[in-house]
Amino acid sequence: MIVLVSLLALVALAAVPFFVGAYPLGLGIGILGYGVLATAWALFSGPTRYISLATVAFFGIGAYTVAVLADLMPYPLVLLCAALIGLVVAILVGLATLRLAGIYFVIFTFGLAELVRQLVTYYEVNVTRTLGRYVFLPIGPEHIYWQLLGLLAITLALAFWISRAKIGLALRVIGDDPVVASHLGIGITRTKLALFSLSAVVMTLAGAIQAPRWTYIEPSIVFNPTVSFLTVIMALLGGPNRLFGPLLGAVPLFLLFEWLSANFPNHYSIILGLLFIAIVFLLPNGVLAAWDKFAARLKNKEARA
Amino acid sequence: MSLLTLSNVTKRFGGLTAVNGLTFAINAGETVGLLGPNGSGKTTALNMISGYLPLTSGTIALEGTTISTLGPERIAHRGVARTFQLVRALPSLTVGENVLAALAFRKDPLWGSEAEAKIGALLENVGLAGRQHDQASNLTYIDLKRMELARALATEPKLLLLDEWLAGLNPTELRAGIDLITRLRQSGITILLVEHVMDAVRALCSRCIVMNTGARLADGPTADVLSDKAVIRAYLGDDHA
Ligand SMILES: Nc1ncnc2c1ncn2[C@@H]1O[C@H](COP(=O)(O)OP(=O)(O)OP(=O)(O)O)[C@@H](O)[C@H]1O
Ligand SMILES: [Mg+2]
Repeated sequence: MIVLVSLLALVALAAVPFFVGAYPLGLGIGILGYGVLATAWALFSGPTRYISLATVAFFGIGAYTVAVLADLMPYPLVLLCAALIGLVVAILVGLATLRLAGIYFVIFTFGLAELVRQLVTYYEVNVTRTLGRYVFLPIGPEHIYWQLLGLLAITLALAFWISRAKIGLALRVIGDDPVVASHLGIGITRTKLALFSLSAVVMTLAGAIQAPRWTYIEPSIVFNPTVSFLTVIMALLGGPNRLFGPLLGAVPLFLLFEWLSANFPNHYSIILGLLFIAIVFLLPNGVLAAWDKFAARLKNKEARA
Repeated sequence: MSLLTLSNVTKRFGGLTAVNGLTFAINAGETVGLLGPNGSGKTTALNMISGYLPLTSGTIALEGTTISTLGPERIAHRGVARTFQLVRALPSLTVGENVLAALAFRKDPLWGSEAEAKIGALLENVGLAGRQHDQASNLTYIDLKRMELARALATEPKLLLLDEWLAGLNPTELRAGIDLITRLRQSGITILLVEHVMDAVRALCSRCIVMNTGARLADGPTADVLSDKAVIRAYLGDDHA
Protein backbone atom coordinates (compact mmCIF):
# COMPACT_ATOMS: atom_id res chain seq x y z
CA MET A 1 0.00 0.00 0.00
CA ILE A 2 2.62 2.52 1.07
CA VAL A 3 4.75 1.37 -1.88
CA LEU A 4 1.92 1.94 -4.31
CA VAL A 5 1.14 5.40 -2.95
CA SER A 6 4.83 6.30 -3.05
CA LEU A 7 5.14 5.18 -6.66
CA LEU A 8 2.07 7.18 -7.69
CA ALA A 9 3.46 10.22 -5.87
CA LEU A 10 6.78 9.73 -7.64
CA VAL A 11 5.10 9.67 -11.07
CA ALA A 12 3.05 12.75 -10.23
CA LEU A 13 6.11 14.63 -9.00
CA ALA A 14 8.08 13.61 -12.08
CA ALA A 15 5.42 15.26 -14.24
CA VAL A 16 5.67 18.61 -12.44
CA PRO A 17 8.27 20.20 -14.80
CA PHE A 18 5.84 19.85 -17.71
CA PHE A 19 3.27 22.01 -16.03
CA VAL A 20 5.04 24.76 -14.11
CA GLY A 21 7.16 27.79 -14.94
CA ALA A 22 10.79 28.48 -14.10
CA TYR A 23 10.22 29.98 -10.64
CA PRO A 24 8.11 27.16 -9.17
CA LEU A 25 10.47 24.66 -10.74
CA GLY A 26 13.36 26.37 -8.96
CA LEU A 27 11.46 26.06 -5.68
CA GLY A 28 10.84 22.40 -6.47
CA ILE A 29 14.56 21.84 -7.01
CA GLY A 30 15.34 23.55 -3.71
CA ILE A 31 12.79 21.46 -1.83
CA LEU A 32 14.01 18.22 -3.39
CA GLY A 33 17.65 19.17 -2.71
CA TYR A 34 16.96 19.79 0.97
CA GLY A 35 14.62 16.80 1.10
CA VAL A 36 17.53 14.62 0.01
CA LEU A 37 19.96 16.27 2.45
CA ALA A 38 17.59 15.98 5.42
CA THR A 39 16.66 12.37 4.63
CA ALA A 40 20.33 11.45 4.21
CA TRP A 41 21.24 13.27 7.43
CA ALA A 42 18.58 11.33 9.33
CA LEU A 43 19.89 8.01 8.02
CA PHE A 44 22.80 8.33 10.39
CA SER A 45 21.82 11.00 12.91
CA GLY A 46 18.24 9.81 13.51
CA PRO A 47 19.00 6.55 15.30
CA THR A 48 22.40 7.51 16.73
CA ARG A 49 21.34 11.03 17.82
CA TYR A 50 24.74 12.30 16.70
CA ILE A 51 24.09 15.84 15.47
CA SER A 52 26.35 16.24 12.45
CA LEU A 53 27.09 19.70 11.05
CA ALA A 54 29.29 18.29 8.30
CA THR A 55 26.47 18.20 5.72
CA VAL A 56 27.79 21.14 3.75
CA ALA A 57 31.28 19.69 3.63
CA PHE A 58 29.99 16.79 1.53
CA PHE A 59 27.48 18.91 -0.36
CA GLY A 60 30.28 21.31 -1.31
CA ILE A 61 32.68 18.55 -2.22
CA GLY A 62 30.05 17.23 -4.64
CA ALA A 63 29.49 20.63 -6.23
CA TYR A 64 33.20 21.39 -6.48
CA THR A 65 34.02 18.03 -8.01
CA VAL A 66 31.55 18.76 -10.78
CA ALA A 67 33.02 22.22 -11.31
CA VAL A 68 36.53 20.80 -11.62
CA LEU A 69 35.82 17.66 -13.62
CA ALA A 70 32.89 18.69 -15.83
CA ASP A 71 35.09 19.46 -18.85
CA LEU A 72 37.27 16.38 -18.46
CA MET A 73 34.85 13.46 -18.61
CA PRO A 74 31.25 12.50 -19.33
CA TYR A 75 28.68 13.64 -16.80
CA PRO A 76 27.78 10.22 -15.32
CA LEU A 77 31.46 9.60 -14.67
CA VAL A 78 31.72 13.00 -12.97
CA LEU A 79 28.90 12.01 -10.62
CA LEU A 80 30.62 8.71 -9.90
CA CYS A 81 33.90 10.49 -9.09
CA ALA A 82 32.06 12.90 -6.80
CA ALA A 83 30.45 9.98 -4.96
CA LEU A 84 33.82 8.25 -4.57
CA ILE A 85 35.53 11.38 -3.25
CA GLY A 86 32.65 11.90 -0.82
CA LEU A 87 33.00 8.30 0.31
CA VAL A 88 36.75 8.54 0.92
CA VAL A 89 36.42 11.80 2.86
CA ALA A 90 33.54 10.33 4.89
CA ILE A 91 35.57 7.26 5.84
CA LEU A 92 38.57 9.36 6.90
CA VAL A 93 36.40 11.80 8.84
CA GLY A 94 34.37 8.96 10.30
CA LEU A 95 37.44 7.15 11.59
CA ALA A 96 38.64 10.37 13.21
CA THR A 97 35.36 11.55 14.74
CA LEU A 98 33.01 8.70 15.43
CA ARG A 99 34.63 7.96 18.76
CA LEU A 100 33.68 11.43 19.90
CA ALA A 101 30.29 11.84 21.49
CA GLY A 102 27.79 14.59 22.18
CA ILE A 103 28.86 18.17 21.80
CA TYR A 104 32.41 17.24 20.77
CA PHE A 105 31.07 15.51 17.69
CA VAL A 106 28.90 18.53 16.83
CA ILE A 107 31.81 20.93 17.13
CA PHE A 108 34.20 18.69 15.25
CA THR A 109 31.85 18.21 12.31
CA PHE A 110 31.24 21.95 12.16
CA GLY A 111 34.99 22.56 12.22
CA LEU A 112 35.48 19.96 9.55
CA ALA A 113 33.18 21.74 7.12
CA GLU A 114 35.07 24.98 7.72
CA LEU A 115 38.38 23.18 7.28
CA VAL A 116 37.32 21.77 3.91
CA ARG A 117 36.22 25.21 2.80
CA GLN A 118 39.55 26.75 3.86
CA LEU A 119 41.53 24.00 2.16
CA VAL A 120 39.67 24.44 -1.12
CA THR A 121 40.03 28.22 -0.89
CA TYR A 122 43.76 27.91 -0.16
CA TYR A 123 44.24 25.53 -3.05
CA GLU A 124 42.32 27.71 -5.48
CA VAL A 125 44.07 30.92 -4.44
CA ASN A 126 47.61 29.57 -4.22
CA VAL A 127 47.74 26.73 -6.72
CA THR A 128 45.20 27.34 -9.44
CA ARG A 129 45.20 31.11 -8.76
CA THR A 130 41.48 31.50 -9.37
CA LEU A 131 38.84 31.78 -6.73
CA GLY A 132 35.64 30.53 -8.25
CA ARG A 133 34.87 28.45 -11.29
CA TYR A 134 32.29 28.42 -14.04
CA VAL A 135 30.17 25.37 -14.65
CA PHE A 136 28.82 25.19 -18.18
CA LEU A 137 26.91 21.96 -18.55
CA PRO A 138 24.05 21.43 -20.96
CA ILE A 139 21.79 20.33 -18.12
CA GLY A 140 18.51 22.20 -17.80
CA PRO A 141 16.62 22.78 -14.54
CA GLU A 142 14.08 20.08 -15.37
CA HIS A 143 16.91 17.54 -15.63
CA ILE A 144 18.30 18.63 -12.29
CA TYR A 145 14.81 18.27 -10.87
CA TRP A 146 14.47 14.73 -12.21
CA GLN A 147 17.89 13.69 -11.01
CA LEU A 148 17.16 14.99 -7.53
CA LEU A 149 13.79 13.27 -7.53
CA GLY A 150 15.52 10.02 -8.48
CA LEU A 151 18.12 10.50 -5.75
CA LEU A 152 15.37 11.24 -3.22
CA ALA A 153 13.47 8.09 -4.22
CA ILE A 154 16.63 5.98 -3.88
CA THR A 155 17.49 7.54 -0.52
CA LEU A 156 13.98 6.93 0.83
CA ALA A 157 14.08 3.34 -0.41
CA LEU A 158 17.45 2.87 1.30
CA ALA A 159 16.14 4.41 4.51
CA PHE A 160 13.14 2.09 4.38
CA TRP A 161 15.32 -0.95 3.84
CA ILE A 162 17.78 0.04 6.59
CA SER A 163 14.97 0.57 9.11
CA ARG A 164 14.04 -3.10 8.65
CA ALA A 165 17.52 -4.53 8.28
CA LYS A 166 19.96 -5.71 10.91
CA ILE A 167 22.17 -2.68 10.44
CA GLY A 168 19.21 -0.43 11.26
CA LEU A 169 18.63 -2.30 14.52
CA ALA A 170 22.35 -2.11 15.31
CA LEU A 171 22.28 1.64 14.86
CA ARG A 172 19.24 2.03 17.13
CA VAL A 173 20.89 -0.08 19.82
CA ILE A 174 24.03 2.06 19.58
CA GLY A 175 21.91 5.20 19.80
CA ASP A 176 20.19 3.92 22.94
CA ASP A 177 23.24 2.57 24.75
CA PRO A 178 26.63 1.95 23.15
CA VAL A 179 27.78 -0.06 26.17
CA VAL A 180 24.95 -2.57 25.74
CA ALA A 181 25.57 -2.59 21.98
CA SER A 182 29.19 -3.60 22.38
CA HIS A 183 28.31 -6.24 24.98
CA LEU A 184 25.88 -7.80 22.52
CA GLY A 185 28.61 -8.17 19.92
CA ILE A 186 27.78 -5.14 17.77
CA GLY A 187 30.81 -3.60 16.06
CA ILE A 188 30.11 0.02 16.95
CA THR A 189 32.73 1.78 14.85
CA ARG A 190 32.03 -0.37 11.80
CA THR A 191 28.27 0.21 11.98
CA LYS A 192 28.53 3.95 12.53
CA LEU A 193 31.12 4.31 9.80
CA ALA A 194 28.97 2.45 7.27
CA LEU A 195 25.92 4.63 7.87
CA PHE A 196 27.87 7.87 8.15
CA SER A 197 29.54 7.12 4.81
CA LEU A 198 26.32 6.17 3.09
CA SER A 199 24.69 9.35 4.29
CA ALA A 200 27.71 11.39 3.17
CA VAL A 201 27.71 9.91 -0.34
CA VAL A 202 24.06 10.90 -0.79
CA MET A 203 24.84 14.44 0.41
CA THR A 204 27.78 14.63 -1.99
CA LEU A 205 25.56 13.60 -4.88
CA ALA A 206 22.96 16.19 -3.86
CA GLY A 207 25.67 18.86 -4.19
CA ALA A 208 27.01 17.43 -7.44
CA ILE A 209 23.61 17.28 -9.12
CA GLN A 210 22.80 20.88 -8.20
CA ALA A 211 26.16 22.27 -9.33
CA PRO A 212 25.07 23.07 -12.91
CA ARG A 213 22.37 25.36 -11.50
CA TRP A 214 24.75 27.95 -10.16
CA THR A 215 26.89 28.47 -13.27
CA TYR A 216 29.43 30.19 -11.00
CA ILE A 217 30.80 28.31 -7.99
CA GLU A 218 33.08 29.44 -5.22
CA PRO A 219 33.85 28.06 -1.75
CA SER A 220 31.77 30.61 0.15
CA ILE A 221 28.69 29.58 -1.86
CA VAL A 222 28.89 25.81 -1.82
CA PHE A 223 30.45 25.49 1.65
CA ASN A 224 27.98 27.86 3.34
CA PRO A 225 27.37 26.48 6.87
CA THR A 226 23.73 27.58 6.69
CA VAL A 227 23.11 24.49 4.57
CA SER A 228 24.20 22.25 7.47
CA PHE A 229 22.03 24.10 9.98
CA LEU A 230 18.99 24.11 7.71
CA THR A 231 19.35 20.38 7.15
CA VAL A 232 19.41 19.70 10.89
CA ILE A 233 16.37 21.90 11.57
CA MET A 234 14.37 20.31 8.77
CA ALA A 235 15.12 16.75 9.86
CA LEU A 236 14.40 17.55 13.52
CA LEU A 237 11.17 19.39 12.71
CA GLY A 238 9.79 16.52 10.65
CA GLY A 239 11.17 13.83 12.95
CA PRO A 240 14.48 12.14 12.14
CA ASN A 241 13.26 8.66 13.07
CA ARG A 242 10.41 8.52 10.59
CA LEU A 243 10.80 7.63 6.95
CA PHE A 244 9.11 10.72 5.55
CA GLY A 245 9.79 12.97 8.56
CA PRO A 246 12.86 14.82 7.24
CA LEU A 247 11.21 15.37 3.85
CA LEU A 248 8.09 16.69 5.54
CA GLY A 249 10.24 19.12 7.52
CA ALA A 250 12.06 20.25 4.39
CA VAL A 251 9.00 21.47 2.49
CA PRO A 252 7.67 24.21 4.80
CA LEU A 253 11.07 25.25 6.10
CA PHE A 254 12.60 25.64 2.66
CA LEU A 255 9.69 27.83 1.59
CA LEU A 256 9.90 29.81 4.84
CA PHE A 257 13.62 30.40 4.40
CA GLU A 258 13.20 31.43 0.77
CA TRP A 259 10.70 34.00 1.89
CA LEU A 260 12.80 35.14 4.85
CA SER A 261 16.01 35.52 2.86
CA ALA A 262 14.15 37.50 0.22
CA ASN A 263 12.40 39.81 2.67
CA PHE A 264 14.67 39.98 5.71
CA PRO A 265 18.17 39.35 4.37
CA ASN A 266 19.75 41.04 7.40
CA HIS A 267 17.83 39.25 10.13
CA TYR A 268 17.76 35.92 8.39
CA SER A 269 20.43 34.22 10.52
CA ILE A 270 18.91 35.41 13.79
CA ILE A 271 15.52 34.00 12.84
CA LEU A 272 17.21 30.78 11.77
CA GLY A 273 18.96 30.49 15.13
CA LEU A 274 15.80 31.16 17.13
CA LEU A 275 13.90 28.59 15.12
CA PHE A 276 16.66 26.08 15.69
CA ILE A 277 16.41 26.54 19.46
CA ALA A 278 12.61 26.45 19.43
CA ILE A 279 12.51 23.17 17.51
CA VAL A 280 15.11 21.47 19.67
CA PHE A 281 13.29 22.45 22.87
CA LEU A 282 9.66 22.10 21.84
CA LEU A 283 9.69 19.22 19.38
CA PRO A 284 12.74 17.10 20.13
CA ASN A 285 11.25 14.13 18.24
CA GLY A 286 9.65 16.07 15.43
CA VAL A 287 6.13 17.17 14.58
CA LEU A 288 5.04 13.68 13.58
CA ALA A 289 5.85 12.28 17.02
CA ALA A 290 4.22 15.28 18.69
CA TRP A 291 1.14 14.73 16.53
CA ASP A 292 1.01 11.04 17.51
CA LYS A 293 1.18 11.98 21.17
CA PHE A 294 -1.56 14.57 20.72
CA ALA A 295 -3.75 12.08 18.84
CA ALA A 296 -3.21 9.46 21.54
CA ARG A 297 -4.26 11.96 24.20
CA LEU A 298 -7.42 12.85 22.25
CA LYS A 299 -8.26 9.17 21.93
CA ASN A 300 -7.77 8.65 25.66
CA LYS A 301 -10.10 11.53 26.38
CA GLU A 302 -12.73 10.12 24.07
CA ALA A 303 -12.42 6.72 25.66
CA ARG A 304 -12.91 8.22 29.08
CA ALA A 305 -15.84 10.42 28.03
CA MET B 1 41.11 -26.64 32.11
CA SER B 2 39.16 -23.88 33.80
CA LEU B 3 36.67 -21.81 31.84
CA LEU B 4 37.70 -18.45 33.27
CA THR B 5 41.07 -17.54 34.75
CA LEU B 6 42.09 -14.25 36.32
CA SER B 7 45.81 -13.90 36.98
CA ASN B 8 47.06 -11.02 39.06
CA VAL B 9 44.43 -8.65 37.71
CA THR B 10 44.78 -5.05 38.85
CA LYS B 11 42.72 -1.96 38.07
CA ARG B 12 43.67 1.53 39.14
CA PHE B 13 41.56 4.64 38.74
CA GLY B 14 44.12 7.40 39.16
CA GLY B 15 45.40 6.90 42.69
CA LEU B 16 42.66 4.47 43.71
CA THR B 17 43.34 0.74 43.33
CA ALA B 18 39.88 -0.75 42.79
CA VAL B 19 41.10 -4.29 42.05
CA ASN B 20 44.44 -5.39 43.43
CA GLY B 21 46.22 -8.48 42.12
CA LEU B 22 43.08 -10.57 41.89
CA THR B 23 43.64 -14.23 41.00
CA PHE B 24 41.06 -16.99 40.71
CA ALA B 25 39.78 -19.62 38.29
CA ILE B 26 36.28 -20.94 37.58
CA ASN B 27 35.51 -24.35 36.09
CA ALA B 28 32.87 -24.96 33.49
CA GLY B 29 29.49 -25.65 35.06
CA GLU B 30 30.26 -23.96 38.39
CA THR B 31 28.08 -21.28 39.97
CA VAL B 32 30.40 -19.05 41.94
CA GLY B 33 29.48 -16.16 44.19
CA LEU B 34 31.66 -13.03 44.16
CA LEU B 35 31.15 -11.31 47.49
CA GLY B 36 32.56 -8.39 49.39
CA PRO B 37 31.58 -5.16 51.11
CA ASN B 38 30.54 -2.07 49.13
CA GLY B 39 33.36 -0.66 47.07
CA SER B 40 35.51 -3.78 47.32
CA GLY B 41 35.89 -4.00 43.53
CA LYS B 42 33.33 -6.65 42.50
CA THR B 43 31.72 -4.65 39.72
CA THR B 44 35.12 -3.47 38.52
CA ALA B 45 36.21 -7.11 38.26
CA LEU B 46 33.14 -7.98 36.18
CA ASN B 47 33.73 -4.91 34.02
CA MET B 48 37.21 -6.14 33.20
CA ILE B 49 36.02 -9.67 32.45
CA SER B 50 33.36 -8.43 30.02
CA GLY B 51 35.81 -6.04 28.36
CA TYR B 52 34.04 -2.86 29.45
CA LEU B 53 37.18 -1.67 31.28
CA PRO B 54 40.78 -2.25 30.24
CA LEU B 55 43.10 -3.83 32.83
CA THR B 56 45.93 -1.89 34.44
CA SER B 57 47.88 -5.14 34.66
CA GLY B 58 47.38 -8.90 34.76
CA THR B 59 45.56 -11.21 32.35
CA ILE B 60 42.13 -12.73 31.97
CA ALA B 61 41.69 -15.90 29.94
CA LEU B 62 38.64 -17.77 28.70
CA GLU B 63 39.19 -21.46 27.96
CA GLY B 64 42.91 -20.84 28.08
CA THR B 65 42.90 -17.97 25.54
CA THR B 66 43.66 -14.45 26.69
CA ILE B 67 40.62 -12.19 26.32
CA SER B 68 41.80 -9.20 28.35
CA THR B 69 43.24 -7.55 25.23
CA LEU B 70 39.91 -7.74 23.38
CA GLY B 71 37.02 -5.30 23.26
CA PRO B 72 33.57 -6.17 24.65
CA GLU B 73 32.07 -7.19 21.29
CA ARG B 74 34.82 -9.77 20.67
CA ILE B 75 34.53 -11.07 24.23
CA ALA B 76 30.77 -11.36 23.77
CA HIS B 77 31.38 -13.46 20.66
CA ARG B 78 33.66 -15.75 22.68
CA GLY B 79 30.73 -16.55 24.95
CA VAL B 80 30.59 -14.06 27.83
CA ALA B 81 27.31 -12.29 28.63
CA ARG B 82 26.32 -10.09 31.54
CA THR B 83 23.71 -8.00 33.28
CA PHE B 84 24.51 -4.64 34.85
CA GLN B 85 24.24 -3.54 38.46
CA LEU B 86 22.27 -0.50 37.27
CA VAL B 87 19.91 -2.06 34.74
CA ARG B 88 20.65 -1.03 31.17
CA ALA B 89 17.53 -1.40 29.06
CA LEU B 90 17.36 -0.16 25.50
CA PRO B 91 14.46 2.19 26.25
CA SER B 92 13.42 3.18 22.72
CA LEU B 93 13.12 -0.49 21.72
CA THR B 94 10.38 -2.95 22.55
CA VAL B 95 11.02 -5.88 24.89
CA GLY B 96 11.17 -8.18 21.87
CA GLU B 97 13.63 -5.92 20.06
CA ASN B 98 15.86 -5.85 23.14
CA VAL B 99 16.19 -9.61 22.88
CA LEU B 100 16.38 -9.54 19.09
CA ALA B 101 19.38 -7.22 19.37
CA ALA B 102 21.20 -9.99 21.22
CA LEU B 103 20.12 -12.73 18.80
CA ALA B 104 20.95 -10.74 15.68
CA PHE B 105 24.56 -9.94 16.54
CA ARG B 106 25.74 -13.00 18.43
CA LYS B 107 28.31 -15.39 16.99
CA ASP B 108 25.74 -17.51 15.12
CA PRO B 109 23.14 -14.84 14.45
CA LEU B 110 19.39 -15.36 14.25
CA TRP B 111 17.05 -13.10 12.30
CA GLY B 112 13.54 -13.20 10.93
CA SER B 113 11.13 -16.00 11.82
CA GLU B 114 13.83 -18.08 13.55
CA ALA B 115 14.57 -15.16 15.85
CA GLU B 116 10.87 -14.52 16.49
CA ALA B 117 10.37 -18.06 17.73
CA LYS B 118 13.43 -17.81 19.96
CA ILE B 119 12.35 -14.47 21.43
CA GLY B 120 9.07 -15.99 22.59
CA ALA B 121 10.84 -18.86 24.33
CA LEU B 122 13.46 -16.62 25.98
CA LEU B 123 10.84 -14.21 27.32
CA GLU B 124 8.74 -17.03 28.64
CA ASN B 125 11.78 -18.47 30.41
CA VAL B 126 12.25 -15.28 32.46
CA GLY B 127 8.54 -14.74 33.13
CA LEU B 128 7.83 -12.13 30.45
CA ALA B 129 5.63 -14.26 28.21
CA GLY B 130 3.46 -12.17 25.91
CA ARG B 131 5.27 -8.91 26.68
CA GLN B 132 7.24 -8.87 23.43
CA HIS B 133 5.57 -5.76 22.04
CA ASP B 134 5.68 -3.67 25.22
CA GLN B 135 7.95 -0.65 25.12
CA ALA B 136 11.01 -1.33 27.32
CA SER B 137 10.72 2.15 28.86
CA ASN B 138 7.31 1.16 30.33
CA LEU B 139 8.58 -1.86 32.24
CA THR B 140 8.74 -2.10 36.04
CA TYR B 141 12.10 -2.55 37.73
CA ILE B 142 11.76 -6.30 38.15
CA ASP B 143 10.60 -6.75 34.57
CA LEU B 144 13.55 -4.71 33.32
CA LYS B 145 15.84 -7.08 35.19
CA ARG B 146 14.08 -10.03 33.64
CA MET B 147 14.41 -8.53 30.19
CA GLU B 148 18.09 -7.84 30.72
CA LEU B 149 18.61 -11.47 31.74
CA ALA B 150 16.70 -12.73 28.68
CA ARG B 151 18.90 -10.49 26.52
CA ALA B 152 22.05 -11.92 28.09
CA LEU B 153 20.81 -15.50 27.71
CA ALA B 154 19.91 -14.87 24.07
CA THR B 155 23.61 -14.79 23.24
CA GLU B 156 23.83 -18.40 24.52
CA PRO B 157 26.83 -17.61 26.71
CA LYS B 158 29.28 -20.06 28.19
CA LEU B 159 29.84 -17.68 31.07
CA LEU B 160 27.11 -15.50 32.55
CA LEU B 161 28.05 -12.57 34.78
CA LEU B 162 25.27 -11.33 37.06
CA ASP B 163 25.85 -8.10 38.98
CA GLU B 164 23.39 -8.01 41.91
CA TRP B 165 20.62 -9.30 39.70
CA LEU B 166 18.54 -10.18 42.78
CA ALA B 167 18.93 -6.81 44.51
CA GLY B 168 15.79 -4.80 45.13
CA LEU B 169 13.34 -7.67 44.68
CA ASN B 170 10.55 -8.33 47.18
CA PRO B 171 10.47 -11.78 48.90
CA THR B 172 8.15 -13.37 46.31
CA GLU B 173 10.16 -12.01 43.40
CA LEU B 174 13.35 -13.14 45.12
CA ARG B 175 12.00 -16.68 45.40
CA ALA B 176 11.13 -16.67 41.69
CA GLY B 177 14.52 -15.17 40.84
CA ILE B 178 16.40 -17.85 42.77
CA ASP B 179 14.34 -20.55 41.06
CA LEU B 180 15.15 -19.05 37.68
CA ILE B 181 18.90 -18.99 38.33
CA THR B 182 18.70 -22.53 39.71
CA ARG B 183 17.21 -23.64 36.42
CA LEU B 184 19.99 -21.87 34.53
CA ARG B 185 22.58 -23.70 36.68
CA GLN B 186 20.99 -27.00 35.89
CA SER B 187 21.13 -26.24 32.17
CA GLY B 188 24.92 -26.32 32.52
CA ILE B 189 25.77 -22.64 32.06
CA THR B 190 28.65 -21.29 34.17
CA ILE B 191 27.64 -18.37 36.36
CA LEU B 192 29.68 -15.80 38.27
CA LEU B 193 27.35 -13.78 40.40
CA VAL B 194 27.94 -10.73 42.54
CA GLU B 195 25.37 -10.74 45.31
CA HIS B 196 24.65 -9.19 48.70
CA VAL B 197 21.57 -11.34 49.42
CA MET B 198 23.11 -14.11 51.53
CA ASP B 199 20.13 -16.47 51.35
CA ALA B 200 20.47 -16.42 47.58
CA VAL B 201 24.22 -17.02 47.78
CA ARG B 202 23.65 -20.04 50.05
CA ALA B 203 20.95 -21.41 47.79
CA LEU B 204 22.79 -20.92 44.53
CA CYS B 205 26.55 -21.01 44.98
CA SER B 206 28.60 -24.07 45.82
CA ARG B 207 31.65 -21.86 46.03
CA CYS B 208 32.35 -18.24 46.93
CA ILE B 209 35.16 -15.77 46.39
CA VAL B 210 35.28 -12.85 48.80
CA MET B 211 36.96 -9.56 47.94
CA ASN B 212 38.02 -6.82 50.30
CA THR B 213 39.56 -3.51 49.19
CA GLY B 214 40.23 -4.93 45.74
CA ALA B 215 42.04 -8.09 46.83
CA ARG B 216 40.91 -11.67 47.32
CA LEU B 217 40.19 -12.39 50.97
CA ALA B 218 38.77 -15.91 50.75
CA ASP B 219 37.92 -18.55 48.19
CA GLY B 220 36.24 -21.88 48.97
CA PRO B 221 33.01 -23.78 49.61
CA THR B 222 30.20 -21.38 50.49
CA ALA B 223 29.57 -22.63 54.02
CA ASP B 224 33.27 -22.41 54.96
CA VAL B 225 33.73 -18.98 53.44
CA LEU B 226 30.66 -17.50 55.10
CA SER B 227 31.79 -18.66 58.54
CA ASP B 228 35.39 -17.52 58.02
CA LYS B 229 36.50 -15.04 60.72
CA ALA B 230 38.29 -12.73 58.32
CA VAL B 231 35.24 -12.58 56.05
CA ILE B 232 32.90 -11.75 58.92
CA ARG B 233 35.31 -9.06 60.08
CA ALA B 234 35.47 -7.53 56.59
CA TYR B 235 31.69 -7.44 56.32
CA LEU B 236 30.74 -6.39 59.86
CA GLY B 237 33.81 -4.74 61.32
CA ASP B 238 36.20 -5.95 64.03
CA ASP B 239 33.69 -5.95 66.92
CA HIS B 240 31.75 -8.90 65.56
CA ALA B 241 34.60 -11.27 64.84
N1 LIG C 1 34.98 4.32 36.58
C1 LIG C 1 35.50 4.54 37.82
N2 LIG C 1 36.28 5.61 38.05
C2 LIG C 1 36.81 5.83 39.27
N3 LIG C 1 36.60 5.05 40.33
C3 LIG C 1 35.82 3.97 40.18
C4 LIG C 1 35.22 3.66 38.92
N4 LIG C 1 34.50 2.52 39.05
C5 LIG C 1 34.64 2.14 40.35
N5 LIG C 1 35.43 3.01 41.02
C6 LIG C 1 35.82 2.88 42.42
O1 LIG C 1 36.41 1.61 42.57
C7 LIG C 1 36.03 1.04 43.83
C8 LIG C 1 35.40 -0.30 43.60
O2 LIG C 1 34.13 -0.09 43.01
P1 LIG C 1 33.17 -1.25 42.54
O3 LIG C 1 32.01 -0.61 41.87
O4 LIG C 1 33.94 -2.24 41.77
O5 LIG C 1 32.72 -1.86 43.93
P2 LIG C 1 31.66 -3.00 44.25
O6 LIG C 1 32.37 -4.05 44.99
O7 LIG C 1 30.94 -3.39 43.02
O8 LIG C 1 30.68 -2.23 45.23
P3 LIG C 1 29.09 -2.32 45.40
O9 LIG C 1 28.81 -3.51 46.26
O10 LIG C 1 28.73 -1.07 46.10
O11 LIG C 1 28.50 -2.44 44.04
C9 LIG C 1 35.14 2.05 44.51
O12 LIG C 1 35.92 2.79 45.41
C10 LIG C 1 34.66 2.91 43.38
O13 LIG C 1 34.38 4.21 43.81
MG1 LIG D 1 29.02 -3.26 42.35
